[in-house]
Amino acid sequence: MLSIRSLRASLGRTPVLHGISASAAAGRIVAVIGPNGSGKTTLLRAISGDVAYDGRIALDGDDLADLKPWELAARRGVLPQAAALAFPFTVAEVVRLGLTSGTQADRADLIGRALAEVDLAGFSGRYYQELSGGQQARVQLARVRAQVWEPVVAGRPRWLFLDEPVAALDIAHQIGVMRVLRRFADAGGGVVIVLHDLNLAAMVADDVWLINDGLLLDAGSPARVIGGPALAEAYGCPIKANRLPDAQATFVLPHGLWTAAG
Amino acid sequence: MVALADTPVMAGDRSQRARRVAFGLAGLLGLTGLLSLSHGASGVRLDLVLQNWLAGEAVPARDWLILWEIRLPRMLTGVLVGASLAVGGAVMQGLFRNPLADPGLVGVGAGAGLGAVLAIVLGGQAPAWVAAWLGWNMVPVAAFIGGWLSTMVLYRVSTRAGRTSTATMLLAGIALGALAGAATGILVYIADDRQLRDLTFWGLGSLGGASWPKIAAAGPVMLLALLAAPFLARGLNGLSLGEAAAHHIGLPVQRVKHVAILTVAAATGAAVAVSGGIGFIGIVVPHLLRLATGPDHRYLLVNAALLGATLLLLADLIARSIIAPAELPIGIVTAVIGAPVFLWILLRRRGLVDL
Repeated sequence: MLSIRSLRASLGRTPVLHGISASAAAGRIVAVIGPNGSGKTTLLRAISGDVAYDGRIALDGDDLADLKPWELAARRGVLPQAAALAFPFTVAEVVRLGLTSGTQADRADLIGRALAEVDLAGFSGRYYQELSGGQQARVQLARVRAQVWEPVVAGRPRWLFLDEPVAALDIAHQIGVMRVLRRFADAGGGVVIVLHDLNLAAMVADDVWLINDGLLLDAGSPARVIGGPALAEAYGCPIKANRLPDAQATFVLPHGLWTAAG
Repeated sequence: MVALADTPVMAGDRSQRARRVAFGLAGLLGLTGLLSLSHGASGVRLDLVLQNWLAGEAVPARDWLILWEIRLPRMLTGVLVGASLAVGGAVMQGLFRNPLADPGLVGVGAGAGLGAVLAIVLGGQAPAWVAAWLGWNMVPVAAFIGGWLSTMVLYRVSTRAGRTSTATMLLAGIALGALAGAATGILVYIADDRQLRDLTFWGLGSLGGASWPKIAAAGPVMLLALLAAPFLARGLNGLSLGEAAAHHIGLPVQRVKHVAILTVAAATGAAVAVSGGIGFIGIVVPHLLRLATGPDHRYLLVNAALLGATLLLLADLIARSIIAPAELPIGIVTAVIGAPVFLWILLRRRGLVDL
């Protein structure tokens, strides 16, 4: 259980989060949605331990502030929005950066499996900087996955916090990444993911948090939040939610361009 | 180590190659060290002296003196200074996440130099207890403090939100270097004749003044930096992902940064205090090794120490044989070799400066 109580955070002197309380259960995928500048990324950075905050964030009962960096790293992996790499590492070496223990053979095996999971088997010898943006994003995901490979360790879930992991990916690899997250959650791990793409959020999430102006505007199932009236209010534009007839999945289309006249 | 050769290597894992290179470099350093001991203006031959000694024959006192009091300290100083310059460069580049961050280029060497000059010129004014406590160590310690302050200022100025701007770093380095240079100039102006002689000798950038007392003074500082460096390897690897991601994979980022800054300052400061400014070792050595075996600091730092020591001994051999019996300042030799390599790096990877 990731539990957030009265979370306030500022970037410089600008308050960004104005008191958010929410909780996410392991075994489920939580999608954080909201317009640009609403505070989604700051929320993710707060639960990742990157920004100072007021309030309380607890991971499975332990206050985040009490955990050392290496204790945190054993329990949650974080995929930031932009990941730059300073030196010409190979793909295998990048994935290895997330690993702290294990024999050399174990590590090689894990690196291989993490790369295969993001459809990059056979890429381990390539230079990271020579890959495309989407491939680099998948290498970073493999690095984070390798860090917390087993979704549950000693009865305690592990967590993945991801900020826009699929922004640079083609549609097939977007789905591939979502499947990775689905399997992780189904095996008992916790997933919190910031997403811009509402349809992807509707498709993958078990729960949706709608953030606007640093407040949690709505939380609940995708059908409820993405299909609900708060969405249009948050984004400030009319949005029509529909359902795919066969799968009963929610999908949305912005409603402004062709209905303004009618 | 034998078992390692049998472990299957996955593509992209360069650790085995890096280990092999380490052995090769260690052998090369041993050879270069012997070469350095057996060459000198006096013409004393190491092999003959050792032969006589082992055969139980009398070795002329003069030969012993030359080997023991001149060549050996010079060789050891070369090893320590070369290793420190290369490791200081590699650690600084890891800290700044930038292959162009060289203590000599971005003002840290100048800051350390200012510290050294301060100690030479104003050291006499220091309270008696300070002088008694530091003794010969005053110059290296002052150089260390100068290097430490300039590294901290540089990091503060050029890093924002965990990211280092190359342009800001290089420009701030120019400003720091100019400031330290100006302060050094003022000190030179007020120095008396004896201090001026010390300054000139020191500023030539030479291993010529190497002596046991100097090694005793600066050696421990350099050794400390060299021994601390391997403990930074994992931290610097993590920092190459940026400060936030380094924290995410479990590193105590602030501690890593502080230790890295202290290591750079100790390595650069002590090296500058002993031998003046010797450029380009700190940038060329790590760059060549990254090309050969990759940027993994677990191997890079060790190999940089070995290759840096070897290259500096070779540069010293060139410096003292090319116009023998006179000596060229070693900084000239490293610049003649290093500057073109530096330009070649820039040509190959111009994108670096736009980072």
